Amino acid sequence: MPTPRFTFHQPQNLEQALDLVGMYRTNGKILAGGTDLVPKLRAGLMDVHHVVSLNRVPGLNRITFHEDDGLVIGAGARLADVALNPEVMKHYPGLAHACSVMATTQIRNMGTVAGNIVNSAPSADTAAPLLAYKAAVILVERGGRRHVPLTEFFSGPGLNVMEPMEIMEAIRVPSPPRRSGSAYLRLSARSKVDIAAVGVAGFLALDMDGVIIEARLALAAVAPTPLRCPEAEAMLAGQKPDPQLLTRAAAACVRACRPIDDVRATAAYRRKMVQVLAGRVIEQCYQTAERGDA
Amino acid sequence: MAKQLIELIVNGDRYEVAVEPGASLAEVLREELYLTGTKVGCNQGDCGACTVLVDGRSVSSCLTLAVEAHQREVTTIEGLAPSGETLHPLQEAFIEKGAVQCGFCSAGMILAAKALLDRNPAPSPEEIRHGLSGNLCRCTGYVKIVEAIQAASLKLAAGKEAR
Ligand SMILES: Cc1cc2nc3c(=O)[nH]c(=O)nc-3n(C[C@H](O)[C@H](O)[C@H](O)COP(=O)(O)OP(=O)(O)OC[C@H]3O[C@@H](n4cnc5c(N)ncnc54)[C@H](O)[C@@H]3O)c2cc1C
Ligand code: FES
Ligand code: FES
Repeated sequence: MPTPRFTFHQPQNLEQALDLVGMYRTNGKILAGGTDLVPKLRAGLMDVHHVVSLNRVPGLNRITFHEDDGLVIGAGARLADVALNPEVMKHYPGLAHACSVMATTQIRNMGTVAGNIVNSAPSADTAAPLLAYKAAVILVERGGRRHVPLTEFFSGPGLNVMEPMEIMEAIRVPSPPRRSGSAYLRLSARSKVDIAAVGVAGFLALDMDGVIIEARLALAAVAPTPLRCPEAEAMLAGQKPDPQLLTRAAAACVRACRPIDDVRATAAYRRKMVQVLAGRVIEQCYQTAERGDA
Repeated sequence: MAKQLIELIVNGDRYEVAVEPGASLAEVLREELYLTGTKVGCNQGDCGACTVLVDGRSVSSCLTLAVEAHQREVTTIEGLAPSGETLHPLQEAFIEKGAVQCGFCSAGMILAAKALLDRNPAPSPEEIRHGLSGNLCRCTGYVKIVEAIQAASLKLAAGKEAR
């Protein structure tokens, strides 16, 4: 395979990185873990003359949690570090699970959550849990900074609303309320390594009587982008789950998806699995929420 | 597009090398430094044959740009037995348990296992399988590999107690 040719830049701070990204906005690419970008560069499908690495920019790999502000995942934070972060494991178990089962140990040591989101694959494993946790991304450019809710971020397979001179600086996730629970379940042909064929994430917040105050459900790998399921969420709000409600809410999730047949699964199988996994996710969320320890 | 001069610290030795920015760490280790113990199978992150440690963490050297490893500590399979005579306990265990057949996966397996044992010195068979989920072997069926890593973990623990 021919070695891809480009000029490599290693900015030492965010200012320098923003200058470079601005300067090369037409034919430059940002590099984080490189696990998505390097294979693409090698395949020679992109006209890239400049690669700007974020890996020498200090402070980008921070992961911080405060009860009030929630979680901040810096764009340099590796999947493996997010997976093993005690606060992420405690407050955002769906995200911790996604980051610990996706890809391989080596890829998780290299790849970032931000890279997974910017890459915007329909099957991106961190996308569904982050949608369920109501995450937003922080995008910076030379002139300023904007927060974009993840629900408004993806625009198609491999596509999103970022401008070419923007850098994703961090991902912010609000703090979960006391009586809440969350989960992520994914299926793939092999248990690990393989890209997800179906991913379902959920979040439930309960009142003191165990009634659902807020429900959020999100799907991956079953539509052109990862997406939320507003119809199912509305069905659950104000209710206590029973088997019938679970079945109906899961069926609403199936209606939200627009799956395709591909090498990983058929559309029909994906629909069936959304029905099954959504039911399990809601149940799992409810059980942890009732314990009130999440 | 000019080559870029980088400094690599491989198994404790410093090297200055001029590399293409697009060259992978695997290519540079094998073709510039002649450290051919690192193997390249898939060249796309799937098989783990190219696993090396960078600052102690296991990575796929086929997807790591060599320029990114500038001034970082790289450990390859050659670094586990620097004298070439005394083998690392993991290497000994792989031989004793028959965990090597064609050997193409072994360097990557052993480095992935080292990264695992450095973090978790007494892993369960389940944890070993999880830790090695990024390393494929077409020959052994994995059973002997898991046994070898368990044996090595016991040996390493005994070595520590003796000291
Ligand atoms: C063997 C293998 C298995 C995999 N398995 C999975 C899997 O199971 N599930 C899954 O979801 N993914 C999987 N992936 C894909 C990939 O590893 C992940 O998407 C990873 O999180 C990408 O992160 P990265 O830091 O390596 O991104 P990079 O490759 O560095 O970047 C990805 C894209 O995002 C851009 N980018 C990165 N960071 C920023 C930033 N801060 N600001 C602006 N743009 C940025 C880059 O320009 C590029 O376009 C796998 C990949 C491999 C090679
Ligand atoms: S050669 Fe690098 S993972 Fe296969
Ligand atoms: S021994 Fe042949 S691939 Fe593992």
